[in-house]
Order: sequence, then structure tokens, then C-alpha cells
Amino acid sequence: MSASFTKSTARNIFYGGAVFFFLLFLALTFDTTQALPKRDNRVNLTEQVARGKNIWETRNCIGCHTLLGEGAYFAPELGNVYQRRGPEFIKAWIKGQPTGAPGRRQMPQFHLTDGELDDLVAFLKYSSEINTNNWPPNIEG
Amino acid sequence: MSTSTTAVLDTPRGVEEHAATRLKYRSQAVAKPYFIAAIGLFFGQIVFGLIMGLQYVIGDFLFPEIPFNVARMVHTNLLIVWLLFGFMGAGYYLIPEESERELHSPKLAIITFWVFLVAGALTIVGYLSVPYATLAKLTHNEILPTMGREFLEQPTITKVGIVLVALSFLYNLSMTVLSGRKTSVSLVMMLGLWGLAIFFLFSFYNPTNLVLDKYFWWYVVHLWVEGVWELIMGAMLAFVLIKVTGVDREVVEKWLYVIIAMTLISGIIGTGHHYYWIGTPGYWQWWGSIFSAIEPIPFFMMTLFSFNMVNRRRREHPNKAAVLWALGTGVMAFLGAGVWGFLHTLAPVNYLTHGTQLTAAHGHMAFYGAYAMVVITMISYTMPKLRGREANSRGAQKLEMVSFWLMTLAMVAITLFLTAAGYVQVSLQRMGTTPMPFMVAQDHAATYYWLREASGVVFFIGLALYIISFFVKGKTDEAAH
Ligand code: HEM
Ligand code: HEM
Ligand SMILES: [Fe+2]
Repeated sequence: MSASFTKSTARNIFYGGAVFFFLLFLALTFDTTQALPKRDNRVNLTEQVARGKNIWETRNCIGCHTLLGEGAYFAPELGNVYQRRGPEFIKAWIKGQPTGAPGRRQMPQFHLTDGELDDLVAFLKYSSEINTNNWPPNIEG
Repeated sequence: MSTSTTAVLDTPRGVEEHAATRLKYRSQAVAKPYFIAAIGLFFGQIVFGLIMGLQYVIGDFLFPEIPFNVARMVHTNLLIVWLLFGFMGAGYYLIPEESERELHSPKLAIITFWVFLVAGALTIVGYLSVPYATLAKLTHNEILPTMGREFLEQPTITKVGIVLVALSFLYNLSMTVLSGRKTSVSLVMMLGLWGLAIFFLFSFYNPTNLVLDKYFWWYVVHLWVEGVWELIMGAMLAFVLIKVTGVDREVVEKWLYVIIAMTLISGIIGTGHHYYWIGTPGYWQWWGSIFSAIEPIPFFMMTLFSFNMVNRRRREHPNKAAVLWALGTGVMAFLGAGVWGFLHTLAPVNYLTHGTQLTAAHGHMAFYGAYAMVVITMISYTMPKLRGREANSRGAQKLEMVSFWLMTLAMVAITLFLTAAGYVQVSLQRMGTTPMPFMVAQDHAATYYWLREASGVVFFIGLALYIISFFVKGKTDEAAH
């Protein structure tokens, strides 16, 4: 790097750039939070959905599956599983695990009650109705 | 030196006989247990990686004893924790030397080490010994539910422990810097470490609203790896390069500032590349694509930086292995973060690749190339000194360099095979008029998963040789010194 470009110039660009873009990021974050009520399906955030999210988290579903494309890549996307499979299939599936099919990837048995299964399905339904700009590209997720 | 300092350093875990002659400040010796723990946890991480890699193709391997999600938590959390041990060791070594004084409190550093190690070990034991839901209950997750989110699976109490450990560490280093010489290297290191701690606080925010949850989750994950961690990485690399090349500090520090300026100018708004499809407004596709497309630049500058400094070296440092790791970091960070990041960062591409094996390919090479390698660079440079010599024997260095090539080339192979698997997945499951179901598409990628696992075994052998290299004896060759 040329000698006329000094260390203190570089330092000033660093501080100036960091502060400017951090503030811009905060502004965009603020704008996003203002826009979210129309997109994030919060009208359907019921007590049941909240309980369902807690079950989702305390069974660490994200350790195998993706949800809106984030998580692990070992098992199918679940952001749209409500549309792909429907509520009854989802509950029967969870109850029926593990399949025990030799060599096939296995999902644990979580011993959920019928009430808990309904909560979980409510959470998946709520998730599936978030406006994701048309992602995933098709029903297979 | 205070008596308490001496007491700590005289413990059996402390310095070997002549270390004091190699260390500028005796208290730098506290870095040693941190580095040893880092390497041990790295080993554990890879064991669980291999377990998962096998589960990808033999689905019921170790089921139900170790379900995939448990292995994954162990793999990724060990990764994060060993990197944190590495950063902390680096901080304890680098800050006294830059500040030209002893560490504020070596005793506190040792206590912090044990607290962190025990908390980390207990958490991993918890993952492996009881179902996750039981762990959540035992640790009273309901008081402040933070568990069950990727990378942030730790029980809330562990998260609190991490914050306390970070505070103790930052207090210790900040006091050292404040009363000593202030250099750009130490300043950037401290900014990065404080940023790491501050952004971690967002892990305690877990709203029911999934979109907000995801939005601020990235404040931890993205603003770490594509933000403040790059400052830490830059400072560590700069420190080692100054030492091994003897290039004028002014030059090195100018590079450092330019690199981290580009990091934050691109990387903060670049967070938007995670806000395309999670319920956030569509304008993020523009902000995210444009700014994250610039993110490879600081990584490319790290490549130029390391090669430039080594080419302009004013001395031949006897530690050739450390120089190799430094150059390797420059190259691999650019490949993993810069090239593989760019590959899927533009919104139209990401629409198809989001959450596929391509993401895993990038995640692996980026974490290895940038953060694993920079920590090993630091260990490679400091460990001989912590053990009382300027550099390791020729034989030990040779073995270390063999391990460098095995691990690095294995990681290149892992990345390429996962990229191929990702390509299969995207084309079969995401494209065309009759897309395949997930599990069917996975079967079509099985060959690549086997090849990934084989590459993983090579990586494991490389790591084993790396560890063995610490035990190779022989005369240190300091002739070139
Ligand atoms: C023997 C070598 C390794 C094998 C076989 C392996 C295997 C795996 C597997 C199967 C996953 C889970 C992917 C999924 O969610 O479906 C994973 C995740 C991950 N591994 Fe490894 N791994 C290895 C080494 C490493 C190394 C050396 C690093 C970093 C230094 C690393 C960092 C990660 C990260 C960051 C993730 C999460 C990726 C994401 O969320 O996209 N792994 N690994
Ligand atoms: C050393 C720096 C970096 C590290 C350690 C890193 C690591 C990761 C990891 C682990 C993930 C997966 C997160 C998850 O599990 O959901 C990820 C995702 C991603 N990274 Fe990076 N990354 C780095 C730099 C970059 C850069 C510079 C770019 C862009 C040029 C980039 C672009 C992306 C994108 C677009 C995704 C989302 C992939 C998806 O939609 O599934 N990354 N990164
Ligand atoms: Fe990112």
C-alpha cells in the first residue's frame, strides 16, 4: 500500500465506516420491525402456538430439520410441512417414530401427549403462513 | 511480580523449566492450558463429525443412543467452545506482550479457565446423557427459554456462565491494556472480543414470534463470524505476522485497519443475506445481495496481507510451521468464506440453495479456513515458546506441516463433495416440474456422502498427527535465527 495512505487514514475509515454502517443497520432493523406485522402472521400467535414453539425447541427439532431453510440438513424442511402433509399425517408420523427401517435415517420417539401434538401442529401451521417471499421453490421444500 | 502470580505459575500445569526465558512476560503462560483444552475439544468435535457423517449414509448408526441432533449439537458446540478457548488463550498471550506488562491477574485467568472447562464439559455430558427435553427441565429452561435454537442449544444457565467467563476475561485483559502500551493490534483484538460478548447477549432474546426470533438470532451468528470475529482474526494474524516476519509494525497495522474497515462496511449490512426468506421485507434481497457480495474483499485482502508480509520478511523465523499456518489461513479463509460464501449469497441463487448441503459445504470451509486455522496459527507460534523454546525441532515441525496438508486438503475435499451433494439436491428437489421428495433426493447423493466421510477420516488422521507432533522430541534448529 502506498506511503501517502497512512495508518491513521485507515483507522479513520474503519471507525467512520463501522459507525455509519452500524447505524444504517439499526435503521433498517427498525424499519423491518415496523413492516413485520403485515408479514409475520402475528395475528395467529396464540397461546397454543407459543406452547408448540416451546415443544419444538425443547426437543431440538432444529438439530435434524430446517425451518424456513435454517437448521440442519439431515431431514426435510418443516416450514411448509403443514401444506405438504396436513395435520393428521404429522401427528401420526411423530407418534410412529422411530420407523426402525434398517439403514434408514431415524427420528427419535418424543412421547408427546395428544395435547402437545396439537400444540406442535399449531406452531407448524403458524410458521407455514409467514410471508417468506415465496420460498421454498416448491412443496418438497 | 506479586506472590499470587508466582504461585499460579509454579503449579505443575504452569510453565516448564526455561519458559521464562522465552516469554516476554511470565503471565503469558496462562495461555497454555487454554490452548491444550482447545486442541482436546477440537478432537472431540471431529469424532462427532465422523459419527454424523456415517449417519448420513447408515441412518440408524448409533441410534437411539446418539441421535443425529445430539451428535450435531456436540459437534457444533465443541467447535464454538474450542474456538473461544483459542481466542481466550490468544488474548492472554497477545495482550501482555502488546501492552508490555504482566497480565492484570493471572490467577483470575486460571480460575476462569477451570470454570469454563467444567461448565463446557457438564453441558456436553448433559447433551449425551439425558434427552434434551429432560435437560431443559433440569436446567429450568422455562424460567428464560433460550434453548433449542441452532448453535445456541446450551441450557440458559450455561449461557449465563459463558457471559460471566467472558466478563472475567474481558476485565482481565482490559485492565492490562488500560495500564500498558496501547497498540492497534491490541485495540482491534479488544474491540473484537468485546463485540463477541455483546452480540452474544442476543442469545437471551427468544420471542415467540418466529420471525423476530430468527431475525435477532443472526445478530449473534452472522455478526460474529462476518463481523467481530474477523477483527479478532485480523489481530491474531497481524500479531503472528509481525513476530515471524519482522515487518515494520506500522505497515502491518495499516493493513489491519483497511481489512477490518472493509469487514464492517460490507459485513454489517451483509447480514441481509439471511433475511431473504424468513418473513422479513423483500428489500433485504437488494441490501443483502449487494453488501454481502462485497464481503469476500476483506478475506481476499487477508490472503494478500499474509503473503505480502511473508515476502517482505526481514528475518527467517525458525518456526516454519507457524508461517505455513499463517499463509494457509489467508488462503483458506478466502476460499471458504469469500468464494464459497459468494457462490450462494445473491438472492436469486440463494432462493434455490438456501438450507442445502451447499450451505454445509460453505460452513465447513469457512469455519475451518478462517477460525480454526487462525487459532492453530496462534498455537503454532506460541506453544513452542510456552514450552521453553523458540521453535520446535525439525522433526516436530515436519510432522506438524504434514498434518497441515492432510487436514487442509481433506477439508477441501469435504467441501467439494458437499458441494456436489448440494448440486444433486438442488437440481432434483428444488428444480424441474416434478421435484423429488427430500429423502429420495438424499439417496441420489449417497455416493458423495460416502466420499465426504472418507475425507473426514483423512482429516481425523491429520488431526491425530497434529496432536502427536507435540510429543516429537529432538533438537531445536535455531541456526537460521
Ligand atoms: C471429519 C470431519 C467432519 C465431518 C465428517 C463433519 C460432519 C458434519 C455434519 C454431518 C454436519 C451436519 C450437517 C447437517 O446439518 O446436516 C456438520 C455440521 C457442521 N460442522 Fe462439521 N464435520 C467435520 C469437520 C468439521 C470441521 C473441521 C469444522 C470446522 C472447523 C466443522 C464445522 C461444522 C459446522 C459449522 C457445522 C454446521 C453447518 C451448518 O449449519 O451449515 N465440521 N458437520
Ligand atoms: C469466516 C467467515 C464465515 C463463516 C465462519 C461462515 C459460516 C456460515 C455458516 C455456519 C452458515 C450456516 C448457518 C446456518 O446453519 O444456518 C453460513 C451461511 C451462509 N453464509 Fe457464511 N460464513 C462466513 C462468511 C460468509 C461470507 C463472506 C459470505 C458471502 C460472501 C457468506 C454467505 C453465506 C450465506 C449466503 C449463507 C446462507 C446459506 C443459506 O441460505 O442456507 N458467508 N455461513
Ligand atoms: Fe452471513
